[in-house]
Amino acid sequence: MSATFETVAGIISETCDIPREKITPQSHAIEDLGIDSLAFLDIAFAIDKAFGIKLPLEQWTQEVNEGKAPAEQYFVLENLCKRIDDLVAAKAA
Amino acid sequence: MRLEYFDMIDKVESFDPASKRIVTRSTVPAQSPVFEGHFPGHPLVPGVLLTETMAQASGYLLLGLNGLTQMPFLMMVDKARFRTFVEPNAVLDVSAELVHEGSGYAATKAKIAIAGKPICDAELRFRLMPFPADMRTLMQSRIAAIGLSPEAA
Repeated sequence: MSATFETVAGIISETCDIPREKITPQSHAIEDLGIDSLAFLDIAFAIDKAFGIKLPLEQWTQEVNEGKAPAEQYFVLENLCKRIDDLVAAKAA
Repeated sequence: MRLEYFDMIDKVESFDPASKRIVTRSTVPAQSPVFEGHFPGHPLVPGVLLTETMAQASGYLLLGLNGLTQMPFLMMVDKARFRTFVEPNAVLDVSAELVHEGSGYAATKAKIAIAGKPICDAELRFRLMPFPADMRTLMQSRIAAIGLSPEAA
């Protein structure tokens, strides 16, 4: 989890030019860090490549838009990192 | 090519879904209003239109692979290199390959060559979205005109 967060925080910092110290596990990518949808796709590309996975952004967006899941479930960084860990584990299984 | 209409791809030479690659060909027109300004007496295809040409080849690749289920919109240009000038009547070999298929986006590498000589290349990224009204019909017409057969409809 910690290593995943460090990687993700580094990607966000570099991709969006956000000071690394402002990025915490509790940061909400959209509400706290101001990352827009286009920038998030840029982050997703870097995460996909770094972890060898495919973040299911379309599914997540649909679930949030339909009220089936709160945005925090995917866009608070500690939750995002948990999803990444799950995807990496699923790929390895 | 009809530069002023952003109609950049003339025909598809090959489309290989297995390798996720497309090769297209375009001939730069002898005359175009674009050349009146770029540059008077020294006509050159603007780099931005070469970028658009690579983006359209990539776009057709993505449409071919997804069977026109989503429309690719250019969202990022990385590492664009323009290695030499392109003049009227040049025959361009425009190729693109898929390098990553994400959820709601895709990344390609594209390049243009003239008689085997590299002209320009770039890494491009596209957002994949539902077709806006009537655009799917328009794109169906375009891919038929350039000879592209999509993977699945």
